[in-house]
Amino acid sequence: MIKVEGLSKRYARNVAVDNISFEVGKGEIVGFLGPNGAGKTTTMRVLTCFLPPTSGSASVAGFDVMSHPIEVKRRIGYLPETPPLYPEMEVSEYLEFVGRLKGIPKAEIPKRIGEVAEKCAIGDAQKKLIGKLSKGYRQRVGLAQAIIHNPDVLILDEPTAGLDPKQIIETRQLIRNLAGSHTIILSTHILPEVEQTCEKVIIINKGKLVATDSVENLTRRLRGSETVAVEVDGAGSALDNRTVQQRLEQIPGVSRVIHKESKDGRHHFEVESLQGRSVRADIARSVVEAGWNLLELRAVGLSLEEIFLQLTAAESAAQQGGKQA
Amino acid sequence: MTNILILCKKELKSYFVSPIAYGLFAVFAVIAGYFFYVITAVFVQRSIESQMMGRGFPMDVNEWVIRGFLSNISVIGLFIVPMITMRLFAEEKRSGTIELLATSPVTDIEIILGKWLAALALYCCVLLISALNVAMLFLYGKPDWKPILVGYLGLLLQGGCLLAIGTFVSTTTKNQIIAGTATFAVCLLLWVFDWVSYETATWAKVMSYMSVVAHFEPFAKGVLDSKDVIYYLSVIFLGLFLTARSLESLRWRS
Repeated sequence: MIKVEGLSKRYARNVAVDNISFEVGKGEIVGFLGPNGAGKTTTMRVLTCFLPPTSGSASVAGFDVMSHPIEVKRRIGYLPETPPLYPEMEVSEYLEFVGRLKGIPKAEIPKRIGEVAEKCAIGDAQKKLIGKLSKGYRQRVGLAQAIIHNPDVLILDEPTAGLDPKQIIETRQLIRNLAGSHTIILSTHILPEVEQTCEKVIIINKGKLVATDSVENLTRRLRGSETVAVEVDGAGSALDNRTVQQRLEQIPGVSRVIHKESKDGRHHFEVESLQGRSVRADIARSVVEAGWNLLELRAVGLSLEEIFLQLTAAESAAQQGGKQA
Repeated sequence: MTNILILCKKELKSYFVSPIAYGLFAVFAVIAGYFFYVITAVFVQRSIESQMMGRGFPMDVNEWVIRGFLSNISVIGLFIVPMITMRLFAEEKRSGTIELLATSPVTDIEIILGKWLAALALYCCVLLISALNVAMLFLYGKPDWKPILVGYLGLLLQGGCLLAIGTFVSTTTKNQIIAGTATFAVCLLLWVFDWVSYETATWAKVMSYMSVVAHFEPFAKGVLDSKDVIYYLSVIFLGLFLTARSLESLRWRS
């Protein structure tokens, strides 16, 4: 349904999104996870045709965002971080305006408003001025606005940001209810939110794609494993990467060895350890005992675990904030 | 076309739910009414005087009342245009609703035309208030209605081009006050360009040609000159074109 290939977005001084690629299938709920400033909003804005990409391509339902923006916009419902509301309008008036703008025929408008008002639980606020609504209601009106034309794809930018805990639970419930009929991408910097609502997670950090996986796999990987980059060569003699891989796999505590590339007799691997085990010393000893040269041994950049820590820190801070409020 | 109407209707509604429209009407009614009163009073006094002197004073209502009145309105127009256009895009940018418009299946041109037409419609409402004053002349005299029509066409064209410029200025900022002030400055500049028209140098001719007010003079007299119509239409086009470019550049920069 959504296909992003080699997408980059550069601003004058910084790179917001750097060469990311992913795909989202029909009907999936995908969590877009990353700390603040990771490039989540930028990616979403590219998908909604609000910003053009610097390079790479993105398409929704087979339509490219650059060459067929109108077709893409027809199929997308978008809730930006701050709901795009006109405070001087009544809720039903606002939904009518958005509905007409999204191309719903006039005769169908009242029916559609009734449906989304019920889905988003704003039926009792239809005649109220948007400017007078509470934050939670505004968020729900924003969500109603995004689904009024029954879009194939729903893009929600931090839908629970700034809500109180009760409203957060209600909003998550609402999003889960919308699943099935829509493909949903929601961004968040809160890990448990993804665990509770999404099937698949895309993690980005500083504009780069860190991981794409199902929620179960990812949480398993996140629970305290370590990833180490290893570079080895055969110290003058020819060396097959299979041999190295087998040897590395035999080291106690190693859960997975991924062969990255081989060049000029040098072999790159990424080694993942089991939970709570540090295997760097063992890897070094094992490589040296085999008579090879250990050219490099380092923990991989920002590991999933570090991101995970950042994310969980954000969640607990948010919860504390909520309790104080 | 439907999209333009939807956007236009929404924009007009938001004028009328805020105090802007009513404040504008009230202020305009008072100022235009005052000018009308002064001009008419002078005219009446002169015609009485000329009758007492027994001289045949050329008592032409079109020439002595309507022409001056329409010229005054054209200048008042310079002051009300910034109030009409300042919020058009600045407010959408500030509140983030521009994201809703930009991600809806409508083109930039439709958004711009919708907003500009709404502004023009509000401006027409303002002009209608002045038409009440003119209508009064028909109760007591027999003015020729054709030059009046031409005069109002001129006001409409002049309004259209100032509104297009104001719409453009509004896309360049998030702050309504800045948008309003800058538009006012531009309007004023386009007015004072005319003040050098007594000079005969080429630069003065060019400057006074650029003045929106100078091009209104023939309309006030009831003369429909294609030169002036083309001037107004091309400024409208230029303003809307710049708006479209500016809106597009938002996407590349933001």
